[in-house]
Amino acid sequence: MIRTPWMCTGTAAAFLLAALCNAQAQQTVAPVSATPVPGPMPALLQNYAAVTAERLKKPEDGNWLMFRRSYDGFGYSPLEHITPANVARLQLVWSMTTGQIEGHQAPPIVNNGVMFVATPGNQVLAIDGKSGVPLWRYKRPIPEDMMQLHPTSRGVGLWGDRVYFAATEAVLVAIDAKTGKEAWTAKVEDYKKGYYMSLAPLVIDGKVLVGVSGGELGVRGFVAAFDAQTGKELWKTYTVPAPGEPGSETWPQGDQWKTGGGSVWVTGTYDTETNLTFWGTGNGGPWMGDQRPGDNLYTSSVIALDASTGQIRGHFQYHQNDSWDWDEVSPPILIDYTHEGKSIKGLVNVARDGYLWQLERTNDKINFIAGQPFVQHNTFRGVDPKTGRPDVDPARKPGTNKTAEFCPSLWGGKDWPPAAFSPQTRLLYIPANENLCTELTGEPPPKYTPGERYTGVARNVMKIVAGADHIGELQAWNIDTGQRVWTTHMPGMSQNWGPVLATGGGLLFSGGTNDRVFRAYDAKIGNAVWEFPMSSGVTGVPVSFLADGKQYIAVQSGWGVDSARMQGRLNLLFPGRFPDVPQGGAIWVFAVK
Amino acid sequence: MTKSGITGGCCIDTLTRRDVLAAPIAGAALALPGHALAQGENERAKVGDLLVSLDGDRPFAPTDVAADAPPVFAWPMEPVTKLIRNGSRLNKVMLLRLDTATLAEPTAGHAADGVVAYTAICPHTGCDVTGWLTEPKLLECPCHSSQYNPREAGALVSGPAPRPLPALPLKIAGGKLVVAKPFTSRVGFTQG
Repeated sequence: MIRTPWMCTGTAAAFLLAALCNAQAQQTVAPVSATPVPGPMPALLQNYAAVTAERLKKPEDGNWLMFRRSYDGFGYSPLEHITPANVARLQLVWSMTTGQIEGHQAPPIVNNGVMFVATPGNQVLAIDGKSGVPLWRYKRPIPEDMMQLHPTSRGVGLWGDRVYFAATEAVLVAIDAKTGKEAWTAKVEDYKKGYYMSLAPLVIDGKVLVGVSGGELGVRGFVAAFDAQTGKELWKTYTVPAPGEPGSETWPQGDQWKTGGGSVWVTGTYDTETNLTFWGTGNGGPWMGDQRPGDNLYTSSVIALDASTGQIRGHFQYHQNDSWDWDEVSPPILIDYTHEGKSIKGLVNVARDGYLWQLERTNDKINFIAGQPFVQHNTFRGVDPKTGRPDVDPARKPGTNKTAEFCPSLWGGKDWPPAAFSPQTRLLYIPANENLCTELTGEPPPKYTPGERYTGVARNVMKIVAGADHIGELQAWNIDTGQRVWTTHMPGMSQNWGPVLATGGGLLFSGGTNDRVFRAYDAKIGNAVWEFPMSSGVTGVPVSFLADGKQYIAVQSGWGVDSARMQGRLNLLFPGRFPDVPQGGAIWVFAVK
Repeated sequence: MTKSGITGGCCIDTLTRRDVLAAPIAGAALALPGHALAQGENERAKVGDLLVSLDGDRPFAPTDVAADAPPVFAWPMEPVTKLIRNGSRLNKVMLLRLDTATLAEPTAGHAADGVVAYTAICPHTGCDVTGWLTEPKLLECPCHSSQYNPREAGALVSGPAPRPLPALPLKIAGGKLVVAKPFTSRVGFTQG
């Protein structure tokens, strides 16, 4: 089969792409390919600025060097050129198709004008962020017998003059930032056992940290660190303890721990003062909690790991013995806040279980401070005021041969799309889905076969609250008061799968809706102040960067994965009202003219 | 919606290799080099293969497949050497027994006493197609909800998959289900 290569139909820099397109047209399933644009190395790459520990700790205002720009996970750019006053003049500077379908979720990572974009299909693109001129393309074939449950990538990490990419088949790849060629690869786990990766690596002082997905396939989750220079594994910490290890007492005596889940879906955050890195963990597996009696540490939790050794130094379990598929996908954001007159060095997590959790981080412990629902919730009757342990309504908990309906839905009040925090407004911005519920029925424990589906679910039906007038929301919360400040409903009953960017200009940027529109909001009051129609829905992480003194906004469009699955479920509820959203990825860069 | 989309000629190379495997006499499997055995395990279903349960304990007869029930899963098995082709998950096959009056062509011609066979691997992203929607009698992939009509050549009814589910034409020999022709199109997902 002859493919149409990426960008071959575009007009920008067509002469530079001719050789690349011709070469691709002769290939079928390509081997690993690093395709530099012909000609001498552009000055932009010749002058590539090595990424150091100091730069990652204190990134320049004009750069976006990691998943959420800074280790604290704010998702905040201090750039302030684009404001509510001039955002109406925000215009497209360039766009580029990626040549891929499925969910485009990665932020464009930008280092002094060099943009790195990860896409589905094991692809990383290097582009001149200002002009859109391609610099190189890295493409890695996906094993033909792999099961891609979540065909996406959430970005790359940077260190030195290398780019780190978590390939979907659980292989970590180091790429030369200047040439696009592989420097090394490291097998993280065996994809034939159901392990895969979808997250952006987190780089801390010469170590590349990744976590593994596969909770629906009987994996035992972990976070592992690799030497950025050599690819050697330095440490590996499982999210499900083995017998005899701390936390193993929360598992039944049996082999459940071997397939206990605890996937790691999203890049962790990092406290530079304590050298602790914080990771959210997925639900236990198989899905029905009564098949693995006990709290099941450290599933549906946050774990604090010593970045040097991987030792677990603290944890907080958001809910115990999950039966709702509430992976706690997001890591907590490191927000220091005031609670009842006391200053707290905080961790704040907008959880899939529908609760907004406020915690305290210390050198060796995570303390519960407060928790409250941010969407309608009928499953937790409250939380213990001292420990934060939810009081679960047993009637709302599915089990083996037991049906239960619960709200929020299994996709939660918020799934993987990250919330953002603005230190300017001191508001936390949450992309939420309201009014959705799920009815689940468990079946007897499935037979475990490596690499095969291992959920034990007989029936899975999404429902909507009677009389609901909307689903998707963008919420703003004051973490110091614990109060919601404003809520903006997404139009047309659309769900919201849009990661949020907050800027020093007092704006928020986010997509997430099934109408394929990318929007800017006033960060203080939440009204939409600008919008742009995209070619596909936007579930990518938006970023902002500086080039030659000008502020840009960049994002990927590309509907797919869970946003598309939810669209399909909504269409079952309202036939014809939620048609398929067009797929096909693209990168978009905007500036005020 | 794609109704047929059947393309042939997926397995020319594997048919060539089958000639090599078919040459040994009964019981000669042990004489095959190790790599040849491994290769045979990895190869897709071939004409003449039996279909055995996943635990390999018996070849399926048409009556072993319940009518209008969820699919049962099987591996192809070389009939002479008894080599079960379970070396790759891409070889897994699903069997359904349907009312012959409801089968459109070419599915009717691919069926054996109402039993139809399809790959178990979704051509979208490679998940196992394990879902069965009882009332519309459709197959559904649990990963991304692509739905296929087993009565109409595995046609895509809804969802993100790019093409129909490859079918495996069957016949009956010795009272057992036997592969009559290679898969109607390539098994597995397509690289982007």
